[in-house]
Order: sequence, then C-alpha cells, then structure tokens
Amino acid sequence: MSLTSNDNKPVISKKIDRFFIGLASAFTFVKRFFQEVFKPPFEFREIMRQCYEIGYRSLPLISLTGFIVGIVFTNQSRPSLSEFGATSWLPALISIAVVRAMGPLVTALIAAGKVGSGIGAEIASMKVTEQIDAMEVSAINPFKFLVVTRTVATTLMIPVLVMYTDFVALIGSFLSVNSKELVSLSTFFVQVFEAISFLDVFSSIIKSLVFGFTIGIVGCYKGYNSSKGTEGVGKAANASVVMAMFLIFIEELLGLQIVNAIRNA
Amino acid sequence: MLKEERELVVKMRGLKKSFDENHVLTGVDLDLYKGENLVVLGKSGSGKSVLIKIMVGLLQQDEGTIEILGKNTAGLSLKELNKLRLKVGFSFQHSALYDSMTVKENLVFPLTRNVKGLTRKEIDKKVDELLDAVGLPQSVNQMPSELSGGQKKRIGVARTLILNPEIMLYDEPTAGLDPITCVEINNLIVQVKEQFNTSSIVITHDLTCAKTTGDRMAVLLDGQFKAVGPFDEVFTNAIDQRVKSFYDYNFIK
Repeated sequence: MSLTSNDNKPVISKKIDRFFIGLASAFTFVKRFFQEVFKPPFEFREIMRQCYEIGYRSLPLISLTGFIVGIVFTNQSRPSLSEFGATSWLPALISIAVVRAMGPLVTALIAAGKVGSGIGAEIASMKVTEQIDAMEVSAINPFKFLVVTRTVATTLMIPVLVMYTDFVALIGSFLSVNSKELVSLSTFFVQVFEAISFLDVFSSIIKSLVFGFTIGIVGCYKGYNSSKGTEGVGKAANASVVMAMFLIFIEELLGLQIVNAIRNA
Repeated sequence: MLKEERELVVKMRGLKKSFDENHVLTGVDLDLYKGENLVVLGKSGSGKSVLIKIMVGLLQQDEGTIEILGKNTAGLSLKELNKLRLKVGFSFQHSALYDSMTVKENLVFPLTRNVKGLTRKEIDKKVDELLDAVGLPQSVNQMPSELSGGQKKRIGVARTLILNPEIMLYDEPTAGLDPITCVEINNLIVQVKEQFNTSSIVITHDLTCAKTTGDRMAVLLDGQFKAVGPFDEVFTNAIDQRVKSFYDYNFIK
C-alpha cells in the first residue's frame, strides 16, 4: 500500500489537514450562528414552525421511549435493591437516574436520530435542488432562515422534551413500582422530589440546552456543507446523526464532571 | 436604433474562472443592452451557467470585471450586492421552488422579505397578477410536488418577476421539457421581455429556444465567445467549424 498520494504528500498528513480544515469550518459555522442569531430580522414564524415540527411531532416517539425506559429501569433495579430489602428506595433511585442522566441522554439520542437526520437531509436536499441558491439570489439570508431557526428551535424544544420524558419515565416507573410494592402516586412522587435537588434539575436543563444546540447545529452544518447530488443527502443525514450522538456522549461526560465538581465544592 | 446608442445594462470584461485545473472561462467579454434578449449557447460543461452565477454573486470570478446597471460588482458589500440582486432575476434550471411552501408562499416569500409595508390585499393582487402572467392562476394553493416540469418553470419565473427585476437570467429554461412545453416556455420568455420590459440572458444549448427568444446569440467555446450576433449571422457566416457543427447537430439536415 502506498503511503503517499500523487502530489507526494503523505496520506496521513492529508488526513490531518482535512481534519483541521473541517474543524476550522465547523468553528466558523458556529461563530456565524452566534453572529446572526441576535441580528434582526427574527424569523419568529419559521422558528415556531420548526418548534412544532421538532417538539410536537417527536412526542409519540419520546412518550413511548420514556415510558419503556421508566419501566425497564425500575424492573432491572428492583432485584439488586430487594437483596438488601431496600425496594422502598426505588422511587429515589429512579428519579435521580432519570432526571440526572437518562432523561436528557435518551431524549437527546432519540432527537439526534429523528430530528438531526431530518434537518441534515432537508438542508442537503435544498442545497442539491438549488433552493439555497434561490434564497441568496432573492436577497434572502439562507443561513438565517434555515440554520438559525432550526438551531434555535432544537435548543428550545429539547429541554421541553427532556422534562416531558422525565415525567413519562417516572409514570412508567410508578406503574412498575405500584404493580409490586403498592405505593400510591402521591407517595411515589413525594419520594421522587425528596431525592432530587435543584442542582439536578438545573444541570439537566442546561445539559438539554447544550444537547439541543448540538443536534441543531450539527444537522445544519452537515446539510449546509453536503456534497452535491443525492448521495450527498444520504451522507449528510447519516453524518448528522453520528456526529451529534458522538458529541452528546462527550458533552454528557463533561457535564457530569462539572456537576460533580460543583456538588463536591 | 444602433446598439451602441442603447443603454448598456451588463458589461463583462476579461472574465476568467477556473475550478482547480479546469479553466472554464478564459476571458469572456459580454455586453447586454437594455431591452434585448441575449442567448448564450454552448455545449454542456462549457461554463454557461458559471457565467450567470458569477453575475449574481453565487460564484466569484478569478479575474475580470462585471458592471451591472452601471455598478461594478467587485468589492460590493453584502448589503450592496443584495440590493443589486433584487434587480437581477434568476430562473434556475430545475426551478428551485421551495418544497415546503405552496405556490403562493413561494411567491410571497421573497416579496415580503424585501418589500416592507405591503398589505395582504396588495400581496394577493401581485401574486394573482403574476400567476395570470405565467398562465397558472389555478395553481395558487398547489405544492411544487403537484406541478409538472413546465409548470414549475413558469412558477419559478413568476417568483423571480415578483421583485420587478430589470434583468432576467434564465438557466437552461427548456432543459428536460417536452417539445410542446418548450415552445410554451420560449413564448413566455418573449412575453416577459415585452410585458415587464426586462433585458435577459438566456443560457441554453437548444437552438430552437435560442432562435425564438434571442435578439443576439453568443457562442461560448473554450471559455470565450467565438461568435456574437444575430442568429443567422452567427451560424451562416461562422468561421469556426465548431460553431457551424453546433448548428448542424441541432438541426439535422
């Protein structure tokens, strides 16, 4: 296998070049978002439409996933706790797990798959069919209309979906707990709220905002920078999901370290 | 009237554009006079579309100057460029209608973002007028996916005209259409020129379209115009054999 390409530059060097060029391009894209987001005109109508698409249309999938997560996690945790006769701690355990990690993470991953890929594919196909060029020649800022609106909508809607997922997961967990331990709804939720702190809720919301921003900006970036042709649309959709999920896991890890540092301070 | 006496709306000089090693435009000079339709002819990949994309700032030239309506496009700020873009309508090869919007929304979208203070009644009137002009008043609430190729082209032209451009750029207006629809689109281009007093550049490799719509032809070969003038003059007096063969291939004798 040849280690060098035609222009005598080592392949590894070319890959490193490509990586840093990609990084610089992504950085410029994010920078442009922050430059445009506070500048009028504000596309409120399009933001509302995107919020509807991203938020309301994701509800069935999020509801089902959250509900199943609540039931499964409760059923999986019960045997370990029952060995110590501590099944009464189930509501507290589930609430901490759901609010701190499972809710934001599961919602973000589902949204990355559903919403992120949709954004990536939509913008890439608009590029392929010259719709983005059509906006530019009509003196309309396509970045503002497409990227800013979608990213703002995901940033706003993911925290809402996370809170909804938390609630649905806790309902699922309650049904599972109630089927064995005969705990009332009010007792269950009293234990749930006693176990979680303001920091848990606050950090969960902040994390969700970051996840939402990541899903939106990655989908838009991959779509906006897709190669032309139908193959580019598929690649953009795929890359949006993979990259968003990868970043979400990294952000989750960093978020955990920061919250732990605050908690231990 | 002699063309020199007429107002020049587009003036290109020494335009060059390359994509890596592919030298697409190697020194294009072009004049477009007020009220004329200039047809740019050339084979696929000869740089015809690149030429008009440079005009509206979708691509940047490597060398050369472009003056549109007396304004040099080099060094314009985005705000100035957008102001100029409003005077130059661009009809895309594949129409480029916004998929998620109805026909009416496609027309209203550029209008409301560029012309402030219009009432709903004025907007509706303008939309109706333009849909009438392109012969599709019944399509107002249809989605682009419900339209045929020819109808999409018409709506694309209507969307461009809604901003009252002084110059129209048509990128392959008859590409991929059946012969009858091609005739309709050719007639529409002529009608637009007369009804809206526009000057146009029509990019095509279809000689029927060129003959019907163009006042002058410009044949692009090897990145330069090899023949410029009225249709008969360009093809009957052609010195360059490739210009002649371009005619022969289109009208098989």
